[in-house]
Amino acid sequence: MVTSTSRYAYIACDATKCIGCQLCEYICSYTKTGEYNSYRSRIRTVRVDEILITAVACRTCEDAPCVIACTRDALSQDPETGIIHVDAERCDGCAWCIEACDFGAISINPATKMAEICDLCEGEEDGPQCVKWCPKDALELTTPDQRAQKARHKLIHEEVHGPR
Amino acid sequence: MYGYSGKILHIDLTTRKTWVETKPEAWYKIYIGGVSMAARLLWENIKPGCEPLSPDNPICIANGIFAGTPVPVGGKYGLASKSPLTGFMGDSLSGSWFSVALKRTGWDGIVIHGASTEWVNVFIDDGRVMFRDARKLLGKGTFETEEAIREELLDDQVRSATIGPAGENLVRYANVTNDGRQAGRTGHGAVWGSKKLKAVSVRGTKGVVVADPETLMKLSFDITQQAQGPYTVKYRVLGTATSVLKMNAMGLLPTRNFQQGVFEMADRVSGEYLDEHFKIKKIACAQCPIACEQVSAAKQGMYAGARTGIEYECLFANGPNLGIGDLNAVIKLIDIADRGGQDAMSQGVTISWAMESFERGVFTKEDFKSAKYPDGFEPNFGNGEAAVALAEMIRDREGIGDLLAEGTRIASRRVDAERGTESYKWAMNIKGLENPGYDARALKTFSVGLAAGTRGGCHNRSAAYDPDIQGEVDRFTIDETRGRVAADSEEYAAVYDTLPLCKFIRRCFTGKADRAGAWPTIAALINATTGWDFDYDAVDLIGVRAHTIKKAFNIREGWTRADDHLPYRWHHDPMKEGASAGYVVTEEELEYLKDLYYEAKGWTPEGLIPKAKLIELGMDDVAEAIGV
Repeated sequence: MVTSTSRYAYIACDATKCIGCQLCEYICSYTKTGEYNSYRSRIRTVRVDEILITAVACRTCEDAPCVIACTRDALSQDPETGIIHVDAERCDGCAWCIEACDFGAISINPATKMAEICDLCEGEEDGPQCVKWCPKDALELTTPDQRAQKARHKLIHEEVHGPR
Repeated sequence: MYGYSGKILHIDLTTRKTWVETKPEAWYKIYIGGVSMAARLLWENIKPGCEPLSPDNPICIANGIFAGTPVPVGGKYGLASKSPLTGFMGDSLSGSWFSVALKRTGWDGIVIHGASTEWVNVFIDDGRVMFRDARKLLGKGTFETEEAIREELLDDQVRSATIGPAGENLVRYANVTNDGRQAGRTGHGAVWGSKKLKAVSVRGTKGVVVADPETLMKLSFDITQQAQGPYTVKYRVLGTATSVLKMNAMGLLPTRNFQQGVFEMADRVSGEYLDEHFKIKKIACAQCPIACEQVSAAKQGMYAGARTGIEYECLFANGPNLGIGDLNAVIKLIDIADRGGQDAMSQGVTISWAMESFERGVFTKEDFKSAKYPDGFEPNFGNGEAAVALAEMIRDREGIGDLLAEGTRIASRRVDAERGTESYKWAMNIKGLENPGYDARALKTFSVGLAAGTRGGCHNRSAAYDPDIQGEVDRFTIDETRGRVAADSEEYAAVYDTLPLCKFIRRCFTGKADRAGAWPTIAALINATTGWDFDYDAVDLIGVRAHTIKKAFNIREGWTRADDHLPYRWHHDPMKEGASAGYVVTEEELEYLKDLYYEAKGWTPEGLIPKAKLIELGMDDVAEAIGV
C-alpha cells in the first residue's frame, strides 16, 4: 500500500466514516471556482460499490513526485506547508503530474485544462472548507504523525477491549 | 435562468434521433421538477389509452431543482411513465449520483420515446447522445451493469440508471436502479425493458451555478448541521427498520399477507436486531448528510454473502409478511430484488399472495416446479427457502414466476378465472400496486389516503398514516375532518417529491416538520437557487399542482370513482389479535371518506376536477382536456 512520507498536514478521509455524500466536492469546487462541479473539485470521492467509499486529496508528500515529474517546472512545493502550487503561466495540462501521483489526488480542470491540486484552503480563515462541511467528520486536517498516534490509541483499545 | 437550463432533451429509440425542446420560465414555476415535472412531461408526450409496454409509452425523467448543489438531500430525480402495474400514473423518485451527474449535463429533463430493436445503453455525454450496444450487459444485475459501464467508459463520474434481469423479462414491478437506489415502484423497469433500454448513462462536466450562493451556502450549512442531531436520529442510527417493533406493538405490522397485524418473531427482524447482527455500513445518497441506508449482510448459513441496504418497507414485505423470522433469508430476498431490479415491496406482497393461495388450496405443490425443484415445493408461510426460490423465479419468469411477475391484481384475476377461485380476496393491492407496510384497517385516515392515491397502494405519496399513528386523530374511527387531513398530507408530501427533497430532512429546518416549520426555509432555498420570489403560499401550491397533474393524467386514462378502492380484505376480514384487532374499514366508511376527500380537494362528488380549479392553478390546457 502506498503511503505518504510527509511531515506536512494533509486532508485525510476515514473510509469507515465516509458515507459517500460528495458534499466535499461541491464545497471544494464552489470555494475554488464559484460553481458546484465534481470535475473541478480538488478532493475526489470514490464510490465503487455500496460500501467502498472514500475521498482523496493531496497528501503533501515530501520530495513530491508530481513536482519532480513536471517537465515545465510549473509545480512547486511550499517548504513550510508542503502545499503544491501550480504556476498557471507554465502549466500546459500535460498530466505527467497526475500519472506521478500514487494517490490519484491531482486532476485536470476541464475548463482551464490545467492541473489543480488541493491547497488546504490556505486562503480561507476557517481552514479547509471540506473539513468544515463534512457531515460525519470523516475528513480531517492531519499529519502522518498524528495519524500514527491515533493508530496506536486504537490498537491499545482493541487489545484491551477487543475489536469494535 | 438560474437552477435550470430551460432545455428538455428528447430521444427517440426507434429512429435514433434526438431533439431539444425549450421551456419558458413560467412552465418551470408551475411544475418545478421531480415527480411534478416528470408527470407533466408524460402528460405532454403520451397518447392517452396507450398500452404501457408499447413504444408509445414514453420515459420521462425530470431532475431536481437543487441537484448538484450543497442543499441537503436535494440530489433526486423523478421518473414517470404509464404504469404497467396500474394503467395509471407511474411516478417514482430516486436519489444520488445519477441525479447530480445529470444536472451537470445541462438537461432539466429527458423524454425517451419509441423502442429500440436491439438492447441499448443510451449515453448522454454532456450535450452528446450516444446509442451504445448493450447486448453484452444482458443478464447482468443492476449494480453489476453500472460497474461494467463505468469500466468500459473509464470514468468514475459516469453514473447510470439501469434495469436488471427483471426489467429485461418485463416483470411488471421491475424497477430502475442507480447508485444502489431505486426508482422503486410502479414498474418502470418493465417499461424500459419493453424498449430494450438496458441503461441510461450520464456524464456531466458543467458546473452548477445558483442565483445567490452566499444565502444558499449559509442555509445549507445550517441544515446540514441540524441533520446530525435529534431530528434525524431515527434514520441515522437504526434506519427506518426501527418501525418494526412500533408497528408490531400497534398491531399494524402486516404479517402473513396481512392476515395478522402482529408477528410473533418481530424481535428477530427488528431494526435493533438488524443493527446488532447484520449491519456493515451506513451510506448516503449523493448530497445527503443523513445517511439512512443501513447496508446489511447475511454472514452465515446458506445465504451468506447476500448484501444490500435494508429499510422498513422491504423488510416488512419480505419478513413478517411472509412469516419469515430469519433476517438472513430476508436480506437474501431483498438482495435478489435489488440486484435483479424488481420492487422488493411488490415482490414480497406477491409472494405472500402465492403463499396464502397455496395454504388455501388454490395452488398445490405441482404448481411450484422449477429447474431447481423438478418435483415442486410447498411455499407455506415461514418457508424462507421457498420464498427465495419464488423471488428468483419471478425475476426470471420461470414456472409460476411468470404468473407472479404480473403482480397480485393480474395474477389473482387470471387464476380466479381459470380455476373458479376467489384469490382476489387476499390480493393486497390498490389500483394494482401492492400495499405498503401499514395495516389500514385501523388507520382510517390513511385508508382514504391510500385508496385515493394516484399511483395506488403507496405510503410515500400519502403520509396520512402519520396523524393516525401519532394520535393527532383517532385512528379507529372516522369523522368529517379526515378528508382534509388526507388531502393535506398528500399535498405536503408532493412538495418534497417535486423539488425533490428527501422527506427525512423535514424536521431539520426549524425542528417542526409542518408547513409553518418547513415552507419558509424551502422558499428561501428555492429563491437562493433560482432568483425567484417564492413565499409560503407559492411553496404550498407546488404540492397542489403536482398532485393535480397526476390526477388529471389518471382521469384522461379513464379513472372513475370506483378506482379509489381498498383491498377486499380490509373491508371484510378483521384481525383477530393485537392492538388493532376487530377493525375493518366498511365500504360505507370508505365512500364517506372519499366524499370528504373529494370535497376537500375542491373536486366534484364524482372525483373529477372542475375547469375553474385547473385554470386557477395555471393549467389551462389541462382544464381544456379533462376539466368539468
